[in-house]
Amino acid sequence: MFKHIYQINEQAFIIDFGSIINTEINDIVINYHNYILSNIDKIKSLGIKNCVPSYNKILIQFDPFLKNKSKILKYLNSIKIKDINNIKNNKIIKIPICYDEEYAIDLNDVSKKTKLSKNQIIDIHLNTIFHVFMIGFMPGLPFLGILDKKLSVLRKSSPRVNVEKGSVAIADKMCVIYPNNSPGGWNIIGKTPLDLFNKNKKNPLLIQPGNKVQFHLINKKDFHLYDK
Amino acid sequence: MINKYFKVLRSGTHTTFQDKGFINLQHLGITTSGVVDNELAFIANSLVNNNIYAPIIEFAYQGPRLKLIKGSCRFAISGNVNFNIIKNNKTIIGKTNQTYKLEEGEILDILSTIKSNYGYFAIEGSFKIKKEFNSNSTLTNSKIGSNNGNCLKENQKIYFTKSGSNYNSYININQRKIDKFIRVVSGPQMNFFMLKVIKKFFNNSFIVSNITNRVGVRLEGNIIKSIKSHNIASEGITKGAIQIPANGNPIILLNDHPTIGGYPKIANVILADVYKIAQYPIGTKFSFKKVNLDEAENILFEKEKNLRKILNQIKIL
Repeated sequence: MFKHIYQINEQAFIIDFGSIINTEINDIVINYHNYILSNIDKIKSLGIKNCVPSYNKILIQFDPFLKNKSKILKYLNSIKIKDINNIKNNKIIKIPICYDEEYAIDLNDVSKKTKLSKNQIIDIHLNTIFHVFMIGFMPGLPFLGILDKKLSVLRKSSPRVNVEKGSVAIADKMCVIYPNNSPGGWNIIGKTPLDLFNKNKKNPLLIQPGNKVQFHLINKKDFHLYDK
Repeated sequence: MINKYFKVLRSGTHTTFQDKGFINLQHLGITTSGVVDNELAFIANSLVNNNIYAPIIEFAYQGPRLKLIKGSCRFAISGNVNFNIIKNNKTIIGKTNQTYKLEEGEILDILSTIKSNYGYFAIEGSFKIKKEFNSNSTLTNSKIGSNNGNCLKENQKIYFTKSGSNYNSYININQRKIDKFIRVVSGPQMNFFMLKVIKKFFNNSFIVSNITNRVGVRLEGNIIKSIKSHNIASEGITKGAIQIPANGNPIILLNDHPTIGGYPKIANVILADVYKIAQYPIGTKFSFKKVNLDEAENILFEKEKNLRKILNQIKIL
């Protein structure tokens, strides 16, 4: 299932699922992660402090003072594909987006770089069904892929000090949504009025790893209807 | 019961409540956070008979100025810190690593850290604060945790419940020496760097830039360039990781680091030395020294043993 496990410091292993980035491998990563997370007794008894899935890796952080690395390794190696592959979570989440120029502050720039019109960019973006590869960087930020090659642009050479909450931005093969105001270097092409992270909910995430996401167009008037 | 409380007269540079941090939430994008310098926090908490991970106030550079409006309390400050206690218009110069009793109307003024960045303020019975995600830590860049995810603010109240006991305790420890080397283990992407670049990394010294905070420490003075890409497929990260961005100036991750990172990691500061790099003042010149994982683990366990010994040496004044 995975290629190998290696220790990167006194408190962490990386489970490596290979160098390829695609939805099939990422689904295995997510399901493997969900399986570990669902087994709370094991997490506690082994002293696992974090289990962090990404495209094709999982970071396992543990309490080094328990001195039970070999037990953790044994457990991680004992998880079989048949244990995990029945967990499916690929429902499509619809996310409203407004491409008004007030929000889409890099759309002109992306249009120049890709030699596509703004409408062409919007069409491609709206017609993409994204896979949620992971949540991270900051609370609730989803990494969505894989973006159409035609929209592939580099990150901005100098990151913005503040990107507004809800901004939808692209770089390389990926699209992200900023759940909160944050510094950021991605190219902003629109904005959603939805809250992606609600710390008062038992599950604070609107979008889960493994979900599918499709954007749907709203205008500026609709955008303000979402405001409380 | 009437709530006892302090009023914040001056908030200080970056003053937050901390404990052991957020556990098992990194997959949601919530990083561990927690006290930067465990040893100092453990000492301050132990002096006032608290659990070592009881909520504590961490301050950086300039600390807070607090007036005890209601109640009395016994407190301790740890670190290399300048502070005063103001009783009846008389100023008493405070000493770290011992407790004091503060009475109603008196002021504690934590002026600054000395040749270091972080210090700790603990009170007997600890502070009465609201947990978030099962932790009393504060992750200010995500607005999550105690105090609504914010630093202490001027005029806010800090509540507590226990009246201060009438005895003081102290602990005899030497002021820390500032080592000029930081021990590291190889990073998972060390092979992104040519042998001569790795040699440069270890042989030449670095300088702590003016960007040093709870998220990380940026270094200057020794440009490190990778031969492969400046980016990797983002993966989970832990504190101590040394990332090399495109400009070649390393970034060492600390407690409030992003949960995943896309820069190659040349090395990882050993856990026993992470506090050292966090405490280096801006402009500190130092170099890295390589150890292997077994050595890193042994150093960590040895440090833990020594810390237990230190904590057992608390005496009543």
